[in-house]
Amino acid sequence: MAALATGGATPSDGATSFQRKVPASSRLAAIAGTRPSVRHGQLLLSSGLPSLDCVLGGGLAVGTLLLIEEDKYGIYSNLLLKYFLAEGIVCGHNLFVASAKEDPADILKELPAPLFDDVHKNQVEWKETAIKSKPESQESMKIAWRYQNLPKIEVSPAASVRFGHYYDVSKTVSPELLQSIKWHRFFLPEEMSLHPEIKTCNMTCGYTKLLQSIQRIIYQEGFDGSYPQKKQKNILRIGIQSLGSVLWGDDVCCADNPEDIHSLTKFLYVLRGLLRMSLSACIITVPAHLIQNKAIMERVTNLSDTVVGLESFIGSERETNPLYKDYQGLIHVHQIPRLNSLICDVSGTKDLAFRLKRKLFTIERLHLPPDLSDTVSRSSKQDLAESTKLLSSGCGAMAIGKKHLDF
Amino acid sequence: MAASWCITSSPFISKGVSLTAAKERGQLVFLEGLKSCFDVLFGEEQRVGQPNPLQFISEDGSNLKTMYEFVRTSLMASGSDSWKCPVLLVDDLSVLLSLGVRPVDVLDFIHYCRVAVCSQLQGNIVVLVHSSDDSEDEENELVVNSLCHQSNLILWAEGLATGFCKDVHGQLKIIQKGSSELKAERNLFRIYQYKIQDKNVTFFARGMSVAVL
Repeated sequence: MAALATGGATPSDGATSFQRKVPASSRLAAIAGTRPSVRHGQLLLSSGLPSLDCVLGGGLAVGTLLLIEEDKYGIYSNLLLKYFLAEGIVCGHNLFVASAKEDPADILKELPAPLFDDVHKNQVEWKETAIKSKPESQESMKIAWRYQNLPKIEVSPAASVRFGHYYDVSKTVSPELLQSIKWHRFFLPEEMSLHPEIKTCNMTCGYTKLLQSIQRIIYQEGFDGSYPQKKQKNILRIGIQSLGSVLWGDDVCCADNPEDIHSLTKFLYVLRGLLRMSLSACIITVPAHLIQNKAIMERVTNLSDTVVGLESFIGSERETNPLYKDYQGLIHVHQIPRLNSLICDVSGTKDLAFRLKRKLFTIERLHLPPDLSDTVSRSSKQDLAESTKLLSSGCGAMAIGKKHLDF
Repeated sequence: MAASWCITSSPFISKGVSLTAAKERGQLVFLEGLKSCFDVLFGEEQRVGQPNPLQFISEDGSNLKTMYEFVRTSLMASGSDSWKCPVLLVDDLSVLLSLGVRPVDVLDFIHYCRVAVCSQLQGNIVVLVHSSDDSEDEENELVVNSLCHQSNLILWAEGLATGFCKDVHGQLKIIQKGSSELKAERNLFRIYQYKIQDKNVTFFARGMSVAVL
């Protein structure tokens, strides 16, 4: 963010975060796939999921870190990671994919295919035909006389690089589209064999290598503002899969009192330092349900900017619960950053659920299904009431509302 | 921004003060941890001269001595000017624990700062820590409890027990541990509710929010 505030081209030695952020100029808006926030002027980019952007207050600010607590089987968190990367491909951003489990090339191959929307195209065509047919219909349109001198709405040429896209999960992205972008890989097993000797700095070896790799790319490709980028400015999207799992060589998932309890938190702190200085945004999935020591998760939350938890219904009793029949899981927004403002964009409701269809992954308010039957037996209603209680206890302290009144 | 250290030498900061200008005047010394942490950790050998205040990140021991030295020298340098009564602001002491500093060393650091800032220079220290009732972070709770024991004024901001509310964002407990002459004062413990707006915060007595009245 500092890189943005100082104008990018100047060395950012003397700059601190105190500086007033310049209002979004055309220079900033020139980066594809980003838009300045109306609220606080920071540059936002889409997470690849328009409904998630909406929940997070318009999108992910450049220079911040989004932490996703994985669902039990990691299905939906992986999907969110892929949406984030796919959005980068569509916008022409540079990608950095890090994993200890899958080869980054395989992750990229499995990205969902973007839907270059026919709806939008149809609208354009419809508008054009409407404009063409205007002269002959002019007499019959007297009612709209006050609108006839208004300038025609210009359909922007960059309609395809608008903010946020939709994806088809059933198809994978085409290889041509993949080749058109620049991406960097970090696959832990092959990195470990490459450079065996390294200064570890009291951190798990995998984390050290990952940090150095990210730093190298940020500096070499000129994502930090200090080095003038010759080409068009671009954004680096960093995706890290299952950070903190055993495969990274970290033992926070296996022991209550792990040997290097500070490895993960240290990594996050340094990573955030790197992100703040550069034109980049990062998404990390963490298997939070595996981390035994809850204190670590508290610290990790404090060290991240945005924290979102996923809870899928697969394998739980909620899968068959009539309350949740429309949804695949719940999403908990734990933390939203406050940028240039005392408050964050918090949505009115805390009860959010997600549903996955073939072409649409949406996050929406959790609604109770309508009760359509005429003769609703009292017992089933009580069942529903029980499960709503279950739900609210998960999302807040509503259940104790009866005995405690704040005002 | 987490883990940044601010040292100001002004008795009060009123509205609309330019911090950048204050920094140029030498009124404000600002140590931004996030910015230099990567270089401390992976950078080449230290430049000769003063060691980096964030030296402790790269060492296994949690030695905050260099940071204390930084605080002391910054304050002593500005102490000779007309700025009196310095204030040391520490934005998030809890981050130090995440970086591997032992709780005892954090408390030692604060104690040394108290001696230097509060007693010798007649200044104030303001420290931010995270805490919650159901926290399982024992090290952090130890630091918080010790700080509560030492401090004269505690501002405890927390959410409402009854959950999220659009018009009342939380409540602020003010606990004032008065000196001996203030002992008779009644309102040592006060609770206000607050609502945060874009640029300021409004405080009101419990149950007196605009939405309710």
